[in-house]
Amino acid sequence: MTAIRGMRFRTYSLLALFVFLRPLGNLSMAWGTKHFPQVLSLNPVVYLRAMADPFVALGIGMLILSLLTRLALLSLADLSFVLPVTAIGYVLATLFGKVFLHEAVSAQQWMGSVLIFLGTGLVGSTSQNTTQIAEELQ
Amino acid sequence: MKWILLSIVVTATALSDLLQSHEMKRAGEQSVGARGLARLLKTIARRRELILSIGCLAVSFFAFMALVQATPLSFAVPASAASFILETVLAKVVLKEDVGPRRAAGAVLVLGGVILLAR
Repeated sequence: MTAIRGMRFRTYSLLALFVFLRPLGNLSMAWGTKHFPQVLSLNPVVYLRAMADPFVALGIGMLILSLLTRLALLSLADLSFVLPVTAIGYVLATLFGKVFLHEAVSAQQWMGSVLIFLGTGLVGSTSQNTTQIAEELQ
Repeated sequence: MKWILLSIVVTATALSDLLQSHEMKRAGEQSVGARGLARLLKTIARRRELILSIGCLAVSFFAFMALVQATPLSFAVPASAASFILETVLAKVVLKEDVGPRRAAGAVLVLGGVILLAR
């Protein structure tokens, strides 16, 4: 029982880290590219120059770390648990877009956020690892 | 063309996630502390399936970029969220996860939310 509780704590810690890292990474990258003086085209040199921008580089670093965090999360939890629960990041991305980039958010988008909250809550109330726990109980 | 690109995005994303989930559970519990990250990177380098999953992720990323260029974002984002349902079904069938009614209902709510949010 204590082992399961410990695993749940570690799962939710990784989940929290992932949910914040990805939208923050996207925000940093969006901020950097929006303030980048050149238009991004098929020219790879322009992309490389953009990647040297501190905000873009920070964003890419955060996104790589978020990918690794998601891999660690998948070592603990089911894919069918991780997918909907991490969707809360879409809500954070919308919120960050509104607060930091002053983007317009419609009533329909807020409605979508509410649905994601409800769905995440519903999936979050299920056991995060049905295959491993099932094996341990056998 | 847009349906071909969408199929590539959805298939590559689903394949990548299935491979990652399967391999990470086989690899055992991982963490992202200083030592944990080094161990995790070694795990990725040792497992071909994980490298393949990152390859699939790259294919999905570039196909998504092409899809966004060819279609409005209000189509590309919700349409590619279809992978949610495909992956939940595959998680049950291939990975033998216990997707009960509550988890399935939650996934459908999240899908609806993503579609509304992307418009």
